[in-house]
Amino acid sequence: MRDTKYWTWHMAAGVVILLLLGLHMLIMHVGGITHLFAPFGGEAVSKGNSLFRDGKLFFTITYIILLGAALYHGLYGLRTILYELTLHPATERVITFVFVVAGLALFALGTWAAVAAHFIAMARVGG
Amino acid sequence: MVETDRHDNRLGFWGWFGGGRWDLERYAYTLHRVTGLGILFYFLLHTVVTSLRALGLYLWVEGGFFHRPIFKFGEFLVFAAFAYHALNGIRLVLVELGIAVGKPIEPVYPYKTSINVQRPLLIGMMVLAFILLAAGGYSFLGLSR
Repeated sequence: MRDTKYWTWHMAAGVVILLLLGLHMLIMHVGGITHLFAPFGGEAVSKGNSLFRDGKLFFTITYIILLGAALYHGLYGLRTILYELTLHPATERVITFVFVVAGLALFALGTWAAVAAHFIAMARVGG
Repeated sequence: MVETDRHDNRLGFWGWFGGGRWDLERYAYTLHRVTGLGILFYFLLHTVVTSLRALGLYLWVEGGFFHRPIFKFGEFLVFAAFAYHALNGIRLVLVELGIAVGKPIEPVYPYKTSINVQRPLLIGMMVLAFILLAAGGYSFLGLSR
């Protein structure tokens, strides 16, 4: 029952990723066609365009949501693949623990970076 | 706490890749996992590298490895993996929810399989993935500039 719940979250996270990563891909990797959210011209990944997006609260929030959804979806997916080998229960618990700790650490790092970059970008606009 | 039966995966590693009698959709699922692992590997590195911008380090605009053709090609492979994984993922969710697999019918000979019913969904998603891939390739090759 609990695994069914986790699997449902896995699928729900996939839908969230589809929307947010789809937008990210349209901006970053099809930018030559779409020219979305890149007001300074050139490549979408240029420092000016990156700071422009970091200054928008919409992007800060969606980066954090995408980060959480992608970490859960990716690490739960990898855990499922490894569990198919029917490992020793103790090994399975270690895998789960390592993935939870690594996921939370990366989420903390990415969230801190998104918030810090937002304030840096805002300070530039203000200054 | 409910005890659940554990069944050994006697196929081992082969169980990850063997399609058995499940045909094309099973191999699409295997490729879904391979692309998922590739995206996950890139995503974990991407999270660390892009987080450094909070310290003023924009490694991807400073040249070096991130501007080499091999990295650009790698980025295109990640985009291709995303296009496939996303659209095949939609198919998997629809099938999981019982959509596009046909209505349940009496098992009367000659038996019909739902795999034949869901084949158009796979084809449709792969066509969409190819269109997305073509748009990405057009942009990656710099043809849009």
